[in-house]
Amino acid sequence: MLRSFLTRTRGRGRLDLTDWLTFGYLALAVVLMFGPVAWMALSSFKTESALQEYPPSLLPLAPIHVEVEGYDEPLQLFRVTGGEHEGKLLAQVRRIGLMSQMVDPQNPGERLQVNINDRVPEREFALAVENYSALFERFNFALYFWNSVFITVIATVITILFNSMAAFALSKYRFRGRTFVFILIIATLMIPPTINLVPIYLVVSELGMVNSPWGVIWPAVATPTGVFLLRQYMLTIPDDLLDAARMDHASEWRVYWRIVLPLSAPALAVLVIFSVMWRWNDFLWPLIVLTRSEQFTLQLALNSFQGDLQTSWSNLLAMTVLTLLPITIVFAFLQKYITTGIAQSGVK
Amino acid sequence: MLAPVTTAASYLYRAAFELFERPMLAIQKMTGAQKIAWVFLLPNLLIFGLFTFLPIFLNFFYATSGSDRILLSERPYVGLENFSSLLACENYLDPNSCQRDIFWRAVHNTSWFVVLQVGFMILFSLVTALILNRNIPLRGFFRSVFFYPVLLSPVVVALIWKWVLQRYGVLNAGLEAQGLPIVNWLVEADWAFFWIVFVSIWAHMGFYTLILLAGLQAIPADVYEAAEMDGASKWRVFSKITMPLLMPTMVVVLVLSLIRAVQAFDEIFVLTGGGPGSATLLLLQFIYETGFAFRPQLYGLAAAASLLMAAVLMVLTLLQLRAARGRGED
Repeated sequence: MLRSFLTRTRGRGRLDLTDWLTFGYLALAVVLMFGPVAWMALSSFKTESALQEYPPSLLPLAPIHVEVEGYDEPLQLFRVTGGEHEGKLLAQVRRIGLMSQMVDPQNPGERLQVNINDRVPEREFALAVENYSALFERFNFALYFWNSVFITVIATVITILFNSMAAFALSKYRFRGRTFVFILIIATLMIPPTINLVPIYLVVSELGMVNSPWGVIWPAVATPTGVFLLRQYMLTIPDDLLDAARMDHASEWRVYWRIVLPLSAPALAVLVIFSVMWRWNDFLWPLIVLTRSEQFTLQLALNSFQGDLQTSWSNLLAMTVLTLLPITIVFAFLQKYITTGIAQSGVK
Repeated sequence: MLAPVTTAASYLYRAAFELFERPMLAIQKMTGAQKIAWVFLLPNLLIFGLFTFLPIFLNFFYATSGSDRILLSERPYVGLENFSSLLACENYLDPNSCQRDIFWRAVHNTSWFVVLQVGFMILFSLVTALILNRNIPLRGFFRSVFFYPVLLSPVVVALIWKWVLQRYGVLNAGLEAQGLPIVNWLVEADWAFFWIVFVSIWAHMGFYTLILLAGLQAIPADVYEAAEMDGASKWRVFSKITMPLLMPTMVVVLVLSLIRAVQAFDEIFVLTGGGPGSATLLLLQFIYETGFAFRPQLYGLAAAASLLMAAVLMVLTLLQLRAARGRGED
């Protein structure tokens, strides 16, 4: 079955040149697209000294330490590559200049002298999980994570509420100026926030929201994309349904909350995914508004650590992996919805 | 495991309903059942007003005033000084001859970046979409392969590549193992520019591939069947059927990617910081640094530069809209 699956072609039964080119292209793509991410994930489990190594090893490896009778501390294990003890596995007691004092773990009584150029460390596969635990102990990771989660969740809830209310008004009521308002909102698609950075900063600072998560949340919650997406979907909900509820003396708020919102769930889900993605990955605007490190989101913390020479790659890589993990998990479960949602609406 | 979560969510949903029901009912009594639409619109319009429409007007005030004060009342009017200082240049092709040489370097870099990034990205996206549109096994998987980087944050994308490209990184190790010369990728100006183009294509092409793929799948199959009956060659089918029918989607992709490329910032800022020197400095980074990062903060100059960028964006959009309409008519 697998074989027929792999050799499936366009019905002629034989792999022609285009098929080979296709497979070649796709294989290259997998390496190019996933390779760097996988390489970073693997590297994030290496110790700092293994990260300094060049050329790097593929898997995270750590030196082996063994307990030797007569010594309190575990000793590092080496394989001797030259000299009289060539081929032996020895444990190092101490290093003096160019010579290393070693013992055979099987025969700990006798001290052996080996030139340090004649030995290589024995290593085994080991995950340096301390890269990750250090993030919580020394790097305030939990705080940055919380800041990111707070902004993402609150902004998404408000985005959904405000945009669905506007979409409801624009799709289910007839009033003067409706078309004008709709065009006005769509026109803001042409005005990306990047061209208004300075005045938006003025508004945010006048409202006292500099260095506050609200300075990131409020400017972002009204999105033309969201209004458009939801309005198009709500147009497909039959008005008879709403009128029937009104006959039963339902208030307009009840009509919106109890009928229109639940029926718009698929479109709302798409907007939730977009909003979470947008806010989680936001960079330039938080960079401008949040200047105090205790307010940093994960993205800002990552950026400031990578510019800081004090930060070691081992912690930076671990932090990068933890930052991409939530999005990766969401993608793994929802990729079908995300891709069809984007293909249908043409937004990102 | 999810049961408590859904129970809590539905409880919150009901609580929120009851919280707003009374005030909204009172408002409805005042406005009537039709005018209440404005109440539903209000929060959104308020946000748009404060953070989109008001700033458009304020931007002109900033662009025509000086000093490093953020409050408009404290800023002296300087007329078009900010614009003339940005545009003062003996030879626009040589940034060194300009008064604001950094700005013009950013303009040059951005122009090259836009042309190269958009050109190659659309080419690769099209090839990929055509391949994914074939009857290949694991199509869904391969589609996700290209799409995955789109979801990653720009900072993460930049750090992933920084780790690969550093002097003692895996790319140099690989080259050395093959006996090839190694390069300090992000320190040599031309290579750094190559990599910012490459990395932003890597990060965004999945999105455009997806849109082009949707466009390809919308082409009806019977058109191809008819062409096959007539014995049309593959190239003829591609150039006479696929490309013309894909044109509307291509225009959308072109507009979107041009607009994004003009405003490129995040990945590049983290990857190279605009360096080495100002070899990879792009327009938006110039605006950010002039207005916010560097002291004194020249808000006026930053606003003037962003208005120039806005003009470019508007021209691009209008040109493309016209192109789309012209094609639709014939």
